[in-house]
Amino acid sequence: MALEKSLADAGHDQVRKQTAVYVYEAPVRLWHWVTALCIVTLSITGYLIGVPLPTMPGEASDNYLMGYIRFAHFSAGYVLALGLLGRIYWAFVGNHHARELFLVPIHKKAWWHELIHELRWYLFLEKTPKKYIGHNPLGQLAMFSVFVIGAIFMSVTGFALYGEGTGQGSWADRLFGWVIPLFGQSLDVHSWHRLGMWYILMFVMIHVYLAIREDIMSRQSLISTMVGGWRMFKDDKPD
Amino acid sequence: MSQIETFYEVMRRQGITRRSFLKFCSLTAAALGLGPAFVPRIANAMETKPRTPVLWIHGLECTCCSESFIRSAHPLVKDVVLSMISLDYDDTLMAAAGHQAEASLEQTMQKYKGEYILAVEGNPPLNEDGMFCIVGGKPFLDQLKHAAKDAKAVIAWGSCASWGCVQAARPNPTQAVPIHKVITDKPIIKVPGCPPIAEVMTGVITYMLTFGKLPELDRQGRPKMFYGQRIHDKCYRRPHFDAGQFVEHWDDEGARKGYCLYKAGCKGPTSYNACSTVRWNGGVSFPIQSGHGCIGCSEDGFWDKGSFYSRLSNIPQFGIEKNADDIGLAVTGGVGAAIAAHAAVSAIKRMQDKGEQA
Repeated sequence: MALEKSLADAGHDQVRKQTAVYVYEAPVRLWHWVTALCIVTLSITGYLIGVPLPTMPGEASDNYLMGYIRFAHFSAGYVLALGLLGRIYWAFVGNHHARELFLVPIHKKAWWHELIHELRWYLFLEKTPKKYIGHNPLGQLAMFSVFVIGAIFMSVTGFALYGEGTGQGSWADRLFGWVIPLFGQSLDVHSWHRLGMWYILMFVMIHVYLAIREDIMSRQSLISTMVGGWRMFKDDKPD
Repeated sequence: MSQIETFYEVMRRQGITRRSFLKFCSLTAAALGLGPAFVPRIANAMETKPRTPVLWIHGLECTCCSESFIRSAHPLVKDVVLSMISLDYDDTLMAAAGHQAEASLEQTMQKYKGEYILAVEGNPPLNEDGMFCIVGGKPFLDQLKHAAKDAKAVIAWGSCASWGCVQAARPNPTQAVPIHKVITDKPIIKVPGCPPIAEVMTGVITYMLTFGKLPELDRQGRPKMFYGQRIHDKCYRRPHFDAGQFVEHWDDEGARKGYCLYKAGCKGPTSYNACSTVRWNGGVSFPIQSGHGCIGCSEDGFWDKGSFYSRLSNIPQFGIEKNADDIGLAVTGGVGAAIAAHAAVSAIKRMQDKGEQA
């Protein structure tokens, strides 16, 4: 089903053949970059909600700094959560790569073998990496267990806390109010929500590093793929 | 005493005029968040309903709930509520003592089986078969179970009965537990706070007696009318929070100007209570108004949530005095160092491979 095209790419000293596969459809790419922007916004504003900036001078009526910071946080939170819902929808209607984030094939033996291979590649124990059209098993596992679970966790705890402000009977309270007693009390949810931020920031660091590293060292394109949607392969060798 | 008097009869007997009585009804309606249409309903209920017997028992506690209750500054409540309800047993307030007191408990339980309200101040320790709290020669745990058996409803006074409070704080050597861990088959109204506000206590009782039903409770069993909002939602210093104006130090300009105490660890944004609306001591003040942050005394496990002076609470699994940011910075710092090391090794490997190829 993947559109394929071959193009000859003139390298520095040798002619390298590249095969391209269309992997990430437009909605997936758009979602990726919107979510990235949301995470940056949410982390900065969220950090400042817990540890606010130095006191503003002047009258209270002339300032609304915390209000703006909180507004930005809530807006970005809405965008992130709705984007996540849209992304889940796209997993159903998009191409089969769109499902990789949500369905990890842990029942397949081959997947486990490749996972170990990928681990060995990162530990410098393998000389050559494998080729992947979609995610490699390690990347897929990290995407699911850190990003997907993390984003859902942050959305649920986030809207539970948001519901405290919008008040009893509001949609956020009706849908997510049960989360607060589940964790103990409001302050516990705040603590977990903040730990969740650090968890996702840890993911972002590793994600960005490995995307750049793989773009350079693996046998396929990564960063340009998330921009244009096409996966380029740097060699013609099988696997 | 063959017939129990109504509230109204008791009030009149105590020399309270009908005018004062109706004023009390209006004030009560307002305090409960009800409209003027409810005033005649309250008046009617108090004129016609017999007083409901209340048994007030004390477990592990400091009696601050009782101290608060008897200081209810609502003018008539102070004089009347103690006579209004038929407080048949309260070992710290009643005149009787010893066997006489315990006998009155039994008497009420038999006479008003399934009709009386059990008010519990404090909580039972479970360790050593409840030997850490003895009332009338028996463990309080037994008294609590015994008295709750035939009660119509149970009121959990204060944070002890509702959540466990200080005696249930880590490491909780006596295994003190909130009463809902022991009483599982009765409706429990939690009125948390250390202590709860006097007017909230009398308000809850008045509501139950006048309407003959429990007030509407939230998910955690607290009356919505008093615990429906956070201190922060109605705090008079809220505009300074939204403006980003905080008390940074106790003696700074912001403290003198009455800025928001958020950075000084105020737990108002996470505490459900009526302090910022009802206030204390007859509406004189409340902690934030007096210049100190809320410590969140009406919230579950507030003793174990880290410093009263920090917004980020301690996470004990990671050692003493570690909060989410300490943990997060350590983890992301470690990850950052690992990435740097990995990138360095990758670069060296790549140069080696290039060298081999060439």
